[in-house]
Amino acid sequence: MKLLTANFLACAVKGCKASASSYPLHFKDAELELQELDYQPVFLQNIMPRIDWEGLRMIANELGFPRLPDTKPEGDTLNDETTLRDLHRLLLETHVVEGKLCCGNCGHEYMIKEGIANFLLPSHLV
Amino acid sequence: MTSKTIVPNQQDEDAYEEKNVHEVYQQIAHHFSSTRYKPWPIVKQFLTDLRPGSIGLDVGCGNGKNLGVNKDVFIVASDRSVNLARIAQAHQPHSTVVADILCLPHPDSVFDFAISIAVIHHLSTPARRVSAIREILRTLKPASDTTPGGRALIYVWALEQKDSRRGWDKGDQQDRMVPWVMKGIASADSEPQVFHRYYHLYQASELEQDIVEAGGYVLDSGYEKDNWWAIATRPDSKSM
Repeated sequence: MKLLTANFLACAVKGCKASASSYPLHFKDAELELQELDYQPVFLQNIMPRIDWEGLRMIANELGFPRLPDTKPEGDTLNDETTLRDLHRLLLETHVVEGKLCCGNCGHEYMIKEGIANFLLPSHLV
Repeated sequence: MTSKTIVPNQQDEDAYEEKNVHEVYQQIAHHFSSTRYKPWPIVKQFLTDLRPGSIGLDVGCGNGKNLGVNKDVFIVASDRSVNLARIAQAHQPHSTVVADILCLPHPDSVFDFAISIAVIHHLSTPARRVSAIREILRTLKPASDTTPGGRALIYVWALEQKDSRRGWDKGDQQDRMVPWVMKGIASADSEPQVFHRYYHLYQASELEQDIVEAGGYVLDSGYEKDNWWAIATRPDSKSM
């Protein structure tokens, strides 16, 4: 699972949606893998306005990556190749292949296996 | 198969769909995938017309055949079948997770678009089909003064398909078990294996009614090759 994906995932439990702590989900016991992908600066420039930067910073920090800038790269900064290549590596090439995603509200843990997170809930949580 | 209700016990819809939809897709995943490779024209158009950088969902993505259409957007695809999700995972730059349409793992009001192609007809009661649509609409970005709201394209199998090989038409039974025949799995001359999947066949204007009941607004709708489709949006952020 690409790190970019985590920016668009929240707890699947209905009652958690109203709680701010159900997003972003927190990685636990994450096994990371770098999977190379063609560098696509325009794709990144286009999706960056849609990224929740705070959520991304939190997750990157929890996974032990060097601290991301306080403010989201915008405008001219998004023409800087180093910035774009760093974002490409972090968002699109960095994958969590095994581990868990945990809800900060209810504590439920979703398993990630072979790069696929499973959000099916046990019947008592549906 | 001709009885009025084939869903045996309304309390047990989860278990019913598990057995008659989810388990079947798990077993037929590879064969199913090998027969599904071409996006339907209206799906292709909807995805092609998206603005680069749009973020969206493909709910019930199957083998991911619609994920190859537009590589300038980012799609978080999901399927209830782990085996199908594994196949769909190959499509870059998108991403695939395993999830249930009734409990989607996505925040409210974020997405520019969603597609759910040939999925909602697998839910076994009217209330569950409406809930599924409501769950998709919940994830869409509401309209603001400056930007239009997110849009969802939904496809369901039509009851009216008298020219198809199934031949069903208006007035026929809407809830059905539809066979999936898998030939020559063990060896070429072995008996074909037959699996049955539950379907609710939609009749004219039923999809639009379900969308309205789910709190949505129908922007456009129509019929394409044995299927009803509609493009839905949420009318505003406050009513959801």
